Amino acid sequence: MKAPHSPGLWTMAWLKLRANRVGMSSLAVVLGFGLLVVLAQLGLLASDWQREVATPFAPPHWVGPSTDSEEIQTQSEGSPVLDISAVDPLAPQYETWARQAAQVTEVVTQKATTRALGADRIGRDVLAKAIKGAQVSITVGVAAALMATLIGTLLGALAGYFGGVIDDLLEWLYNVFNSVPYVLLIFALAAVFKSGPMARVFSNGIAPVVIILSVVGWTGIYRLVRAEYIKHRGREYVRAAEAIGVSHLARMFGHILPNVSHVVLVQLSLHVVSFIKAEVILSFLGLGVSMDMVSWGTMLSEAQTELVLGKWWQLVAATGFMALFVTAFALLTDALRDALDPKLR
Amino acid sequence: MLTYFLRRILQMIPTLIGVVLLVFFLFKYFGGDPAEILGGLQATPEQIESIRTELGLNEPVPVQLWMFVTKVVTFDWGSSWATREPVLEIFKSRLPATLTVMIPILLLEVVFGIVAGMAVAYVRGSLTDRAVMIVCTIAMSISFLVYVILGQYVFAFQLGWFPVQGWSSSLTTNLIKFAPLPVFLAVAVSLGPYTRLYRSFFLDEINQDYVRTARAKGVGESRILFVHVLRNAMIPILTNVATHLPSVFIGSFLIEVFFSIPGLGREVYTAVNRSDYPVIEAVTVYLAVLTMAINLLTDLLYKVVDPRVVLK
Repeated sequence: MKAPHSPGLWTMAWLKLRANRVGMSSLAVVLGFGLLVVLAQLGLLASDWQREVATPFAPPHWVGPSTDSEEIQTQSEGSPVLDISAVDPLAPQYETWARQAAQVTEVVTQKATTRALGADRIGRDVLAKAIKGAQVSITVGVAAALMATLIGTLLGALAGYFGGVIDDLLEWLYNVFNSVPYVLLIFALAAVFKSGPMARVFSNGIAPVVIILSVVGWTGIYRLVRAEYIKHRGREYVRAAEAIGVSHLARMFGHILPNVSHVVLVQLSLHVVSFIKAEVILSFLGLGVSMDMVSWGTMLSEAQTELVLGKWWQLVAATGFMALFVTAFALLTDALRDALDPKLR
Repeated sequence: MLTYFLRRILQMIPTLIGVVLLVFFLFKYFGGDPAEILGGLQATPEQIESIRTELGLNEPVPVQLWMFVTKVVTFDWGSSWATREPVLEIFKSRLPATLTVMIPILLLEVVFGIVAGMAVAYVRGSLTDRAVMIVCTIAMSISFLVYVILGQYVFAFQLGWFPVQGWSSSLTTNLIKFAPLPVFLAVAVSLGPYTRLYRSFFLDEINQDYVRTARAKGVGESRILFVHVLRNAMIPILTNVATHLPSVFIGSFLIEVFFSIPGLGREVYTAVNRSDYPVIEAVTVYLAVLTMAINLLTDLLYKVVDPRVVLK
């Protein structure tokens, strides 16, 4: 006789999540952003965000073109050309230069006066920047969260599973990291990455921010995973595995890890949100992603000065994109936690 | 009680040693060469060499570590690399500004958090509750930066109710003129997360049997909330306040940067930009000590708040 099939944890969690309307719609938004990030990463979307496609501070379409066009007027009227060929020692060169100049075809790009979400100070499209910024900010958040989760889970598993000296040592490490306020730890690491040998290794890109955030952020995950491992290491299934000669490593990661993975997953998604917020603040302060990249944080730092001039669209675009993603991700995390919580079943 | 206290103090020592080692080796092996930072780009090799000798960088690493420990213990960190101001002076002169802003922020945050959290928890499950929770979630998803940028623009730049930024040497002027806008913005931003968190603390208590018993014997609703429930919810609230307390001393560096408040947070931020290592090292080590002291104090306070707690 066959035993009745009972659905696994993940199947049941998925069924519960599917019944949650808020959870499913936020999942859709998060997946939409995920698609955006992948397309931007592949260069299919917003790859030309650095091109100056519009006039400076071109407003969004629905606001209509800017009325004060004095700046453009002054540019087109050049000063009258004086004929100084009689005294100019370079006069014989005039002809060659004229010929060379004729070879260069000048492409006059028609600069748009309005864009979908407006343009920034040098005429870059704000929508493209917001998409590119989403790619950078979300990549940083997810990568840092993955790395922090990896560190936290690994150390938590070691401490909780083995106990004894290893646990004491890791607890000491945890206490050390935990006793330094995290803002200061971030600052200390940022200072080191700014002027130390690491600055040369990771001269550009997002690696420094990812490393800083994950080195600072692993402690919470470590603590929870360690507690779970302490709870599980004496359970019957682990003892049974031990009895049939399963190795330590296989017991830790083959047997116990799947049983605590729901804790890890919820922590992972909680950290994505907080790391994205942290990246935005770090990039705003100039301690985040490198200068030639755009993230929601660098957009906000540009928007701060633009706002004083009354150009509000970059602020709105960066805020809107970030708020939508973070809200959706936070709601998804809540739904995920409800779906995975064994106590609520 | 005394043995508990002494044992906790002893337990701090290894952690403190860890923090000192962490900071020392972080800057020693991952930081830039102090001589090059101090000497600047135009420095000749001889100048670099003399700075190295002066800072003791040519000594063996254990000797350097010992010099670092001496700095920590004697509070003598020398002077800042960027401004030549003694590091200890920086602490003394910047801390008052930070505290002027941060103490009102912390007090108001907690008071508003308790009131809002309790109010929402009392009407749990209702439309108001759900609406407030949705507003909180959305409000929390907007970056802190946006609130400060917009708040400064609207209330200071456009409406002119407050000065855009600034600071004075008089405490009363600071409190009346310069602190209100930063304090208001910081409290407004924290209202979302605090309401959510404190609501969950109160919800844990509000369904307990003792609440039902109190109702059954005819205790008034306000007495139930403010005496019975609040007293029991004090433990998680205290923990929460304790975790935020160290940040009172470092200050909301963002607030200080935005409003040009000469506080400790802004000082550390500029130190990072100027690679001013002594300032960062000193602040990190001493705030770690302070954090540990606050944690111990919190654990002692648990006993005051809840006599059932046994310190062991």
